[in-house]
Amino acid sequence: MSKVNLENRTGVISGPVSQAGQCLLFLFRMLAGIRFSLTQIQTVMQQTYLIGARSLVIIMICGFFVGMVLSLQAINALEQFGASDQVSVLVGKSLFRELGPVLTALLFAGRAGTSITAEIGLMKATNQIEAMELMAIDPIHRIALPRFAAGLISVPLLTAMFNAMAILGSVVFSIGVMDLDSGIFWSKLQTSIYFQKDFIGGVWKSFVFGGTVSLIAVYFGYSARPTGAGVGTATTNTVVLSSVLILIFDFIMTSFLT
Amino acid sequence: MRANYKVEFASGVFLLLGIAALIWLATRATDYGQELGKETYTISARFTNIGDLRDRAPVKIGGVTVGMVESVELDPVTFEAIVHMKVSSRFNEIPSDTGASVFTSGVLGDRYIGLEPGGAPDMLTNGDELFITQSALVLEQIIGKYLFNAGSDKEE
Repeated sequence: MSKVNLENRTGVISGPVSQAGQCLLFLFRMLAGIRFSLTQIQTVMQQTYLIGARSLVIIMICGFFVGMVLSLQAINALEQFGASDQVSVLVGKSLFRELGPVLTALLFAGRAGTSITAEIGLMKATNQIEAMELMAIDPIHRIALPRFAAGLISVPLLTAMFNAMAILGSVVFSIGVMDLDSGIFWSKLQTSIYFQKDFIGGVWKSFVFGGTVSLIAVYFGYSARPTGAGVGTATTNTVVLSSVLILIFDFIMTSFLT
Repeated sequence: MRANYKVEFASGVFLLLGIAALIWLATRATDYGQELGKETYTISARFTNIGDLRDRAPVKIGGVTVGMVESVELDPVTFEAIVHMKVSSRFNEIPSDTGASVFTSGVLGDRYIGLEPGGAPDMLTNGDELFITQSALVLEQIIGKYLFNAGSDKEE
């Protein structure tokens, strides 16, 4: 069994490049074990609970308030043109296309990505990973893959919950507080948000973001220096790199999808 | 090594909630339920100017949406805009001498196509073309004409 070479190179160029290469190799090693993970559906379920279901509350609260503040700002701006009817179009478009997937992925990186990195890093620091290798259990398949799969399943579902709560928040604010007409609100939403372009595009994005964040989280956990400071650095790196990559991928995907 | 019942239940609830949210968003908050149905037929019309008519703009008869604009292209020879429209097959008794106009909803609203049914006995079928068309009113042109006329009034 060949172990992925995780020695840390230093150097301005060669460091990040070799890390990216290691990350890619790590992904291939994980994907090679996909058949193995089918026998481990229990572990995947458990991880889905730990990183997905447990993130639900924070996602829902954030989504609700994002919807509220979006409609507050939109109504303020649109009122000057007498177009506050259009608030649901603005809220819906920006949610489905950008804010929903991006904010959910950022929250997920902070809430679940860090815990994955810290958990795997601590396993490494306490030699649990080496013990598994000695028992001829591939830790990448046994530890990393279920968490990656759970992240890939969770993020699109969390994004859907985020969007739903944000629409609800927008309904509460624009119809409940600002007294806009609910019929116009829903009919604008149903005629201006396109299923193919906006909705499916957002779902694609959330899959990509989910995969990115989960891959980075397991990779940094697995490549952390096995010390207390090393686990701390790895956790920080997870959040920083996830956030940056989410925004970069968001720009790339938006420019290709539209 | 059976996982905790509570964990299984909670992740099941999470999955169902997420999928329910997806379905709710798709059906209530997008145009997914607003499709014309599988049965449609295509008609086309030529305009000298369509303003900023877009793909998927509604096609209406008497203000009621009966279809949508499928595509807009330019005739390379006559330089007329050819608008292809999908109309729901529920409305299959539209007379063949129906006229089509490009209207604007509100002063600065979106463009849509209004059909005014004629009185011919034969009906439009798939691939037919409408011959009675009226182009879009472009605000700049109207303002330009108004200014021009105001100038010529003074000279008289």
